[in-house]
Amino acid sequence: MSGAEKIQVKVTEVTPLNALVTRFRFEAVDGSLLPTFSGGAHTVVEMQDGGITRLNPYSLMSDPYDQSAYTISVRRDDAGRGGSLFMHNQVKTGDEMVISYPVNLFSLDLRARKHLFIAGGIGITPFLAQIHQLEHFNGHWELHYSCRSEALGSYADELSHSHPNKTHIYYDDQDQRIGLQHLLEGQPLGTHVYVCGPKGMIDWVKSTAEAESWPADNIHYEEFLAPQPGKPFQVKLAISNKTIEVGEHESLLEAMEREGVDAPYLCRGGACGQCETRVIDYQGNFIHRDHWLDDNEHASGEKIMPCVSRFEGKTLVLDH
Amino acid sequence: MSKFDFPPSIRSRPIWSSLEARKGTAHLMIADAEGAEAILDIATPELMANSHIIHIPKGKSYSEHLSALNPAQLYEGPSYEAALPRIRRVLTDGHMGLQVYLAGTEGLMGQAMQEMMSAGIPHSAIQTEHHGSTARRMQCVHCKGITEDIETDPYQCSHCGLHLFVRDHYSRRLAAYQGVRVDAEDHGNIPEPKGIYE
Ligand code: FES
Repeated sequence: MSGAEKIQVKVTEVTPLNALVTRFRFEAVDGSLLPTFSGGAHTVVEMQDGGITRLNPYSLMSDPYDQSAYTISVRRDDAGRGGSLFMHNQVKTGDEMVISYPVNLFSLDLRARKHLFIAGGIGITPFLAQIHQLEHFNGHWELHYSCRSEALGSYADELSHSHPNKTHIYYDDQDQRIGLQHLLEGQPLGTHVYVCGPKGMIDWVKSTAEAESWPADNIHYEEFLAPQPGKPFQVKLAISNKTIEVGEHESLLEAMEREGVDAPYLCRGGACGQCETRVIDYQGNFIHRDHWLDDNEHASGEKIMPCVSRFEGKTLVLDH
Repeated sequence: MSKFDFPPSIRSRPIWSSLEARKGTAHLMIADAEGAEAILDIATPELMANSHIIHIPKGKSYSEHLSALNPAQLYEGPSYEAALPRIRRVLTDGHMGLQVYLAGTEGLMGQAMQEMMSAGIPHSAIQTEHHGSTARRMQCVHCKGITEDIETDPYQCSHCGLHLFVRDHYSRRLAAYQGVRVDAEDHGNIPEPKGIYE
């Protein structure tokens, strides 16, 4: 299998936090120490759900230097493809699971004079690990965290309690909003801004920072897309010499894996570029959903990111 | 003619480009000698309203031209070292959205670049434009001494006195090119100095 190396873990705690979010703690099955990581890293959790193997990325939220366990928080998505429901409904303390080595696509830029974090909802999780990391070195950071309500504000209380001067919480249901433009204008030179949350929030922060003349290198965001369902389609894989069917509820990457094709991946969310695949021939339309390829590449019909993108039409031949 | 086309070189050699007015909340412009021309080229009243110009004349006064631009602040200093406390204060008090423009000699741009980067401004966000002398700021790799404004190759280190060959290897950290002993093999055999780009 492709992707990062695997670790066999045991679930040692399952902690519901609120109506939507549950935290899971993993320790190595053989009791050994887990690798350290850097704040912002994710792990891909393998779920054996009936006949299907689900592989979902989750940000690690624990202290990156704590090698005794990893923790993740999973938000239940009732309309999603089933990974989060599996975690919530099936996974119990004592279960053994396989997770990947941590991979970081959202790391801190340690040249920053100050780290400004902007989180929306479950997007808080990578920042929890980054805050641990910065606290070890007395790093300069500030968090602005927007959540739906007090009842759904995962970790809002803990953060306000341990870092009262650095944490700012905004509740949607109390009409509290981040005063973004003002916030960005007041930042000292050398500040880096990081945003993790819904797509609308990421776009808002990116465009506001650009409008405030922030250098692109100082703007960081993490946006994993979940693959979207779509019409089934057929793909011919030139190297493995197979023709496979991609079902309505699976991604092209998942369909290739189901057929035993060893396709590369890291994020499974259209962000890392690892799964980039050359198109040999096609007749039809691509439904590109990644934010790895640029518009020209999307228009060229020469490349596809199988973790999130789909195809509609007669023929698609890939270099796999 | 104060613009010079540097010949193609190795990767470590910095590449200077052209200034353009950018949108920003404040503008810091640092130039020496003919570097002032690069500022004059892009100046507009809107840009100047939020610009802080720091110019080191090195015998080429542009005072009248620069003050005619009516910048928010204009400082002329005898040397880069003399201007440094002021540059540092602008950076300490500065906010995100500040745009940086460097123009003039390689020695000035390199040193100012280093200062900007240590204030956390990414290299990619700093604009530069070469004007004027092609003299180099050199470091002797033997005694580590820095000699400014070197125009000939080889040159004599002002610290240890060795005769050094002017290389294109450049250290961003020191903002200096490397000088390596020219007569290491054959002591005393020192070629006639000529211009670096001759
Ligand atoms: S696996 Fe990362 S972009 Fe597809």
